[in-house]
Amino acid sequence: MPSSTALTRRPIDRRASYWLYLLPLAAGFIIVVAAPFVMNVYTSLFHWKGGQAPMRWAGLENYIALFSDDTFWRSFQNTLAMIVAITVVPTIIGILLAALLFDYLGRRFGDKAIAVLRATYYVPQILPIAVAGFIWAWILDTQNGSINLALKGLGIMSPPDWLGNPDIAIYAVMLMLIWLQIGYPVVIFMSALQRVDPELYEAAELDGAGWWRRFQAITIPQIRPEIFVVVLTATIAALKVFAPILILTGGGPEESTTVPSYYAYRNFFELSRVGYGSTIATVMSIVIFVVATVMLVWQHRENRKELS
Amino acid sequence: MSSLPLIDPTASNRPRRTRTNWIMLSVAILVAIVMASPFLLLVLNAFKTGADYSAHGPLAWPTTFTFDAFTSYLARVNFPLALWNSIFSSTIIAFAGTGLALLASYAIGIGRIRARTAVTAVLLIATMVPHEALIYPLFYGAQATKTLNTVWSIIIVFTILWAAYGTYILSSVMSTFPREVLEAAAIDGANRWRILWTVVFPIVRPTLTVLVVFIFIWSWNEFYIPLILLADPASQTVPIALSTLRGQHSIDITVVNAGSLLSLIPTLIFFLIFQRTITRGVTAGAVK
Repeated sequence: MPSSTALTRRPIDRRASYWLYLLPLAAGFIIVVAAPFVMNVYTSLFHWKGGQAPMRWAGLENYIALFSDDTFWRSFQNTLAMIVAITVVPTIIGILLAALLFDYLGRRFGDKAIAVLRATYYVPQILPIAVAGFIWAWILDTQNGSINLALKGLGIMSPPDWLGNPDIAIYAVMLMLIWLQIGYPVVIFMSALQRVDPELYEAAELDGAGWWRRFQAITIPQIRPEIFVVVLTATIAALKVFAPILILTGGGPEESTTVPSYYAYRNFFELSRVGYGSTIATVMSIVIFVVATVMLVWQHRENRKELS
Repeated sequence: MSSLPLIDPTASNRPRRTRTNWIMLSVAILVAIVMASPFLLLVLNAFKTGADYSAHGPLAWPTTFTFDAFTSYLARVNFPLALWNSIFSSTIIAFAGTGLALLASYAIGIGRIRARTAVTAVLLIATMVPHEALIYPLFYGAQATKTLNTVWSIIIVFTILWAAYGTYILSSVMSTFPREVLEAAAIDGANRWRILWTVVFPIVRPTLTVLVVFIFIWSWNEFYIPLILLADPASQTVPIALSTLRGQHSIDITVVNAGSLLSLIPTLIFFLIFQRTITRGVTAGAVK
């Protein structure tokens, strides 16, 4: 799509003709994202079994039903657990590991050793989630799981039923997600640390600041923008978690590990309640947009405060 | 690296490796072992016979090394076809998505079209929207266009989704582009299309490479949308083909392990080849 030279010569159209370059993506966006999303919202206003079945107007009935749906609230509560497992814990461990590798070990044991360690932490991130799910379902298995066999080897004769006990399953899922996630903050924070001026650390050391003090006073404030990015992207990922639940627990036992995306999936493809599934998906989207907007606005304000 | 002068009286010019250092290193290595142990277990158990596994459990060393589990997996799943589907779709998505992103970000970052902030916000929405809120209409759309159960359905969807993300990244890179270079090219008589390819493209190429690599990995690993749109085994990608084993309780765990191992080998090879690009790329989104 060459932009015509005739257009570039006319000053009024100068900016406008750039729209041609945006056109392919814009068209694709309408077909793949905007239209489907609008249809999803529309469907959420109907009782519908999907396919050729008749669509019965429901108005806001699905939304009202959602409010008193225990499973939905349960799934929402589990989302908080997902945020802990994907955002909170990996970010904290990630900062500590990154600082340990970069600032502490890097100076003493060389870059190569550090690069290998970092790569090892990161591998779960590039793994197909289906594969990761299978491995963990098997590791956590009650009878033949490696964890329980190891525990038995240590003399614990009745190890926990990781994925079968409704009180424990969510923690087992969280464990897997922490493992999956950790590499991401480590890599981001390590690269963030590279742009910190070493003189800051030198000056602090001159003043007699120990490692922990330097960590608090230099490392954390210096990599704040990256911490923000990690928290934002991880939180959105936590609100969307699906595959690990499908593969590890199927939402069970007794719905103890159901998350909104999995609950929507069940309504769509197992319970034939497409209208209701669309309602869940719409509410999920709204929550994600609101959370993201609040976080972005908040970050914007923080940045301003720092400048003034 | 070890050039920082330390004034601490207990340290010499070069940081000395004290006992604490070694303890800290052990901690870091221990974390690495924990992170790698699922893979080690996978390898350990993919080469066992089913009988060996049930007799000695997952933690024992195999009594004999065998490829039985692999043959058994290959008998159930057409792995070469799944591999081809993954390579084919991910490659097209990676290049097409990056190409679309290049065009769109040229309009936003360099062309500075009006309403570019609004456009960028809309693109951000595309990257945040949960796939659940798109899947049912996409399913019908794929059916209507006869792309359901062909890799083209996911190629179309993910090219757009990742292009939206790529545009977001690229347009911020391009908005810092020196205007003089563009003006100089324009004075030399180059039109917009030529400026894009002869001036802008070579400069943003490193970022484009990162995008291609990342979109490739993401597309390869995508689960939810392919699970729904690719129900037919002939169209399935590697992760989806593997997931069809879920719920087959009659199946040997060694077979599942062999399948998982086969499915992660291509990813691992890709990771080793592009390790540098990947580390650079993880941070691309974080750099402002």
